[in-house]
Amino acid sequence: MKILVPVKRVIDYNVKVRVKADQTGVDLANVKMALNPFCEIAVEEAVRLKEAGTASEVVVVSIGTTAVQEQLRTALALGADRALHIETDLNLDSLQVAKLLAKVVADEQPGMVILGKQAIDSDNNQTGQMLAALTGMGQGTFASKVVVNDGKVQVTREIDGGLQTVELTLPAVVSTDLRLNEPRYASLPNIMKAKKKPLDVKAADSYGVSLESKVTLLKVAAPVVRQGGVKVESVAELVDKLKHEAKVI
Amino acid sequence: MAILLIAEHNNQSLKTETHKVVQAAADIGGDITVLVAGFNCAAAASEAAMISGVNKVLVADNAAYEHQLAENIAALVAELGKDFSHILTAATTTGKNFLPRVAALLDVAQISDVIAIESADTFVRPIYAGNAIATVQSADAIKVLTVRPAAFRAAETGNSAPVEAINTTAHDAGVSGYVSEELTKSERPELTAARVVISGGRGMQNGENFALLNGIADKLGAAIGASRAAVDAGFVPNDMQVGQTGKIVAPELYIAVGISGAIQHLAGMKDSKIIVAINKDAEAPIFQVADYGLVADLFTVLPELEQQL
Ligand SMILES: Cc1cc2nc3c(=O)[nH]c(=O)nc-3n(C[C@H](O)[C@H](O)[C@H](O)COP(=O)(O)OP(=O)(O)OC[C@H]3O[C@@H](n4cnc5c(N)ncnc54)[C@H](O)[C@@H]3O)c2cc1C
Repeated sequence: MKILVPVKRVIDYNVKVRVKADQTGVDLANVKMALNPFCEIAVEEAVRLKEAGTASEVVVVSIGTTAVQEQLRTALALGADRALHIETDLNLDSLQVAKLLAKVVADEQPGMVILGKQAIDSDNNQTGQMLAALTGMGQGTFASKVVVNDGKVQVTREIDGGLQTVELTLPAVVSTDLRLNEPRYASLPNIMKAKKKPLDVKAADSYGVSLESKVTLLKVAAPVVRQGGVKVESVAELVDKLKHEAKVI
Repeated sequence: MAILLIAEHNNQSLKTETHKVVQAAADIGGDITVLVAGFNCAAAASEAAMISGVNKVLVADNAAYEHQLAENIAALVAELGKDFSHILTAATTTGKNFLPRVAALLDVAQISDVIAIESADTFVRPIYAGNAIATVQSADAIKVLTVRPAAFRAAETGNSAPVEAINTTAHDAGVSGYVSEELTKSERPELTAARVVISGGRGMQNGENFALLNGIADKLGAAIGASRAAVDAGFVPNDMQVGQTGKIVAPELYIAVGISGAIQHLAGMKDSKIIVAINKDAEAPIFQVADYGLVADLFTVLPELEQQL
């Protein structure tokens, strides 16, 4: 079985985000970029399924400018076999991304698509579900455990009340949550090897998909900053302040 | 404006998130239809009919909807949703699961985690873990939104809207099935609805030590939460995680114990009215957002706090 892993290049999760003064967006100039943490977990899961003999090939795909090839190389260094870069300068919404990925699914015919549940920049949490809808596949979102067996996959999902397990007919879409696995670090030899692994480039507009979004970003503002308060010296002072100053207990 | 709102429930009763989404729908303005899709869910439907502002409740009662499987619910909502200008549900794990699927089936965008309604087509939502706030305008014919419950107050009750059964054939996509559920049982209020939340982090050291929070939570009627580090380390179950990728809470009082205050954690609690931080490291970033900070060893001060409440 082939596994397709769509990945996204995002701001590194340790970077302090700054909103541009003209409120058109977030300042990404000279900021450290990385593979989205949930995508990293997705790559790791696919590679483990290959190592276990369940999967035969792991294909990673990313959509964006040539800069995303850096993250594709990272994924290859983590153990993916080959990469596809769908090139565009446009900042696509989840629906357009899902439409392009649906075309890739039609070309590649993977047995499973594993992807991150959300990107830590747009925080949308949509692409996997949309891709599943467009391809008619079942979906196992927010996965903390994935077990493939006999043409089916059992996915344990992190839900608000605890855990839920569903069974999906393959092919299916799985989106990863934090507890699914702990991604490995790429070793130096694997980083070197990744440079020679195949990376195809296709233009986004060659897929015949409308890339236009009906959603306009009007402005991006900095959040209201919370002012730090005071330090208290003792539990007694804390309780007193909560009772008589804040009046919350 | 005609708004379709999908209720969050467990077949027996309605979740409070639904009342908050009704408030968001009222902010948009227009006719509000609530869909209760489930199995033997009449009780949840009658609760929905009591929410003020609701014009009608539709009930789709079928075994295919019992466990809110996204494939089945989305097909139903996409069919019904065609006649509406807006489709709303709560940004809970249930809503986040099925609503993007609905949007894709209707060929429209979804706007996730809306925290304020500017107008019928313009919405406000946090991005970058709440470090930036985006205002977006949608020109789609049908606006599909998940609503962040913590950002809206609950609509009042006291209504008696008509309840109608839906007679379309049930949607069973046949590609997914429910296997099992392990729900965390707790006598405490739910994290997202509690007036007071006390959360423990890696500083708690192990799961047993979370018992130190119990007595305090009992006295304050608080829910207990955790940081990702505490969940990853296996101290407590995943449903207790507060943060960018866990639950978003905005209680009257949030007490962070042994939590450093990473941006991903702050994203889930910084809209709390009063924040208290207990941490032995005076430089911990959590103190930058705390109204009251106590620099101390949690193992010393938690028993004292319990006693003095
Ligand atoms: C993609 C992604 C998503 C994430 N999502 C979330 C999320 O939703 N929620 C979340 O919480 N995190 C999330 N994180 C993780 C986040 O970055 C931090 O790693 C995490 O919040 C740290 O948890 P902590 O504060 O408990 O642990 P630490 O950062 O290790 O802090 C422990 C604190 O305890 C204090 N301490 C230790 N012993 C004592 C003692 N005896 N008495 C008093 N204080 C003590 C220490 O001084 C320290 O400040 C996410 C990370 C990524 C990459």
